[in-house]
Amino acid sequence: MPQQTPLPLPVPTIDNQEFWDACNRKELAIQHCPRCDVFRHPPRPLCPGCRQGNLGWKQVSGLGTIYSYTITHQAIHPALKDRVPWNVIMVDLDEGVRMISHLVDCPVDDIRIGMRVEVLFEEVEAGVTLPYFRPAPG
Amino acid sequence: MESIKDKCAIVGIGETEYSKDSGRSELSLVLEASMKAIADAGLQPEDIDGMVRFVVDPTPEEEVIASLGIPELTFFDELAYTGTAAGGLVAHACMAVATGLANNVLLYRAMNGRSGKRYGSGAITGRRGQGQSAFMEPFGLLVPGQQLAMYAQRHMYEYGTTSAHFGAISVACRKHANMNPRAIMHGRPMTIEDHQNSRMIYDPFHLFDCCLETDGGAAIVISSSERAKDMRQRPVYVSAVAQSLVPPIVENGPISQTVAAKAGPRLFNMAGITPQDIDAAQIYDHFSALVLFALEDYGFCPKGEGGAFVEGGRIEIGGELPINTAGGHLSEAYVHTVNHIIEGVRQLRGCSTAQVPNAEHVLVDTGEGVGAMILRR
Repeated sequence: MPQQTPLPLPVPTIDNQEFWDACNRKELAIQHCPRCDVFRHPPRPLCPGCRQGNLGWKQVSGLGTIYSYTITHQAIHPALKDRVPWNVIMVDLDEGVRMISHLVDCPVDDIRIGMRVEVLFEEVEAGVTLPYFRPAPG
Repeated sequence: MESIKDKCAIVGIGETEYSKDSGRSELSLVLEASMKAIADAGLQPEDIDGMVRFVVDPTPEEEVIASLGIPELTFFDELAYTGTAAGGLVAHACMAVATGLANNVLLYRAMNGRSGKRYGSGAITGRRGQGQSAFMEPFGLLVPGQQLAMYAQRHMYEYGTTSAHFGAISVACRKHANMNPRAIMHGRPMTIEDHQNSRMIYDPFHLFDCCLETDGGAAIVISSSERAKDMRQRPVYVSAVAQSLVPPIVENGPISQTVAAKAGPRLFNMAGITPQDIDAAQIYDHFSALVLFALEDYGFCPKGEGGAFVEGGRIEIGGELPINTAGGHLSEAYVHTVNHIIEGVRQLRGCSTAQVPNAEHVLVDTGEGVGAMILRR
């Protein structure tokens, strides 16, 4: 395999380290406020509902629906040089938060708003695992 | 509380040539545009005692005052949020003038946006996975165009908007650019077929849905309405200004609507007019679809009906609401709407190359409603 420039890798912070650690365990863990019983994403130190900290993390189903998407045809980054057309999707998880991700196992012409998807994990570099999505069965 | 409605005026405008390769420093572009704006107002550089600038602009105020022999600024201010800062900067300049912190405030923006830092390049403008970009860039969401393409895709899904509707905006801008010899796309007509046949960049955006990348500079001078009466040009009053900032809608909001829906009512309320009173609109057009969003969100047509609204020449010169009458970012130049403000001023001075007869009110949106103003003569 020829060496390929990677897309930028996530730079974890003290506020979101657990999200990335869970990905490395192949788990989708979303920040959760126990007082409001609401999921929050991306992670931040306070819950905007009750303005309190000490938020927890809960593993979620990994199931969601495509809210919108775009297909990038121009290699706007060296990492996309041999990988266009490249899709970016917005997924509304069943638990009520939205994530930006990438859809695999699906031709770009078949991507639709409203499509049901499920998470899978891909180790893009040693110790860096990203949550991607694929069409959900059924 | 006292309003700043009509308290201040844009008294001077200045631009450099717009090109793809200026061969000059950004400082040099700032100085040329600023000198022209100051001279247009009939002022001397030492009359400038306030300055406002984009955080993303590479030229600091002290470089400008060192070059222009300006002894001191009593007011200076910078605003973030990339290309959308101009409206807020005009608001801050007016606040400073209205409260006596400064007499004559210069606003400038200059960039080598084609030969230098290109906003369409994810490798150049990206944040390398830091901060909240950790949840975007690793998945290949690298530049604003991709995010806005997702907004447009959703609008198409919800309201049946089509790529040809977006194309009608690009065609209108190009038509106006062809009346404007300063425009980069002057002499290069475009049809809706050209738009539809242009290559796909970020689906649903074709090449001709995307703004230009430009080398150039633009500047304006803002003074009190009272002093403006004795200056060289007919004053163009800042009748209303508005800013709006909400938590990132990409995270959980509806993406087919912008904060223009929030800023708009405040803007029209301050000016004491309605959208029907606007004679021309200069709207941030980094991508064609966002003009359609703005037309809906400022209330020129009901939400979801922007597609029908932009058809049939309504937004072209001679139509009900001409937009981007110098060609906009899509076809004149990409200078983060300072060129849109300047074109608004020209309309109200009566010297646009695509003049709306007797224009009295012009709306200038400086980016998705994050900043906006209504100018009047």
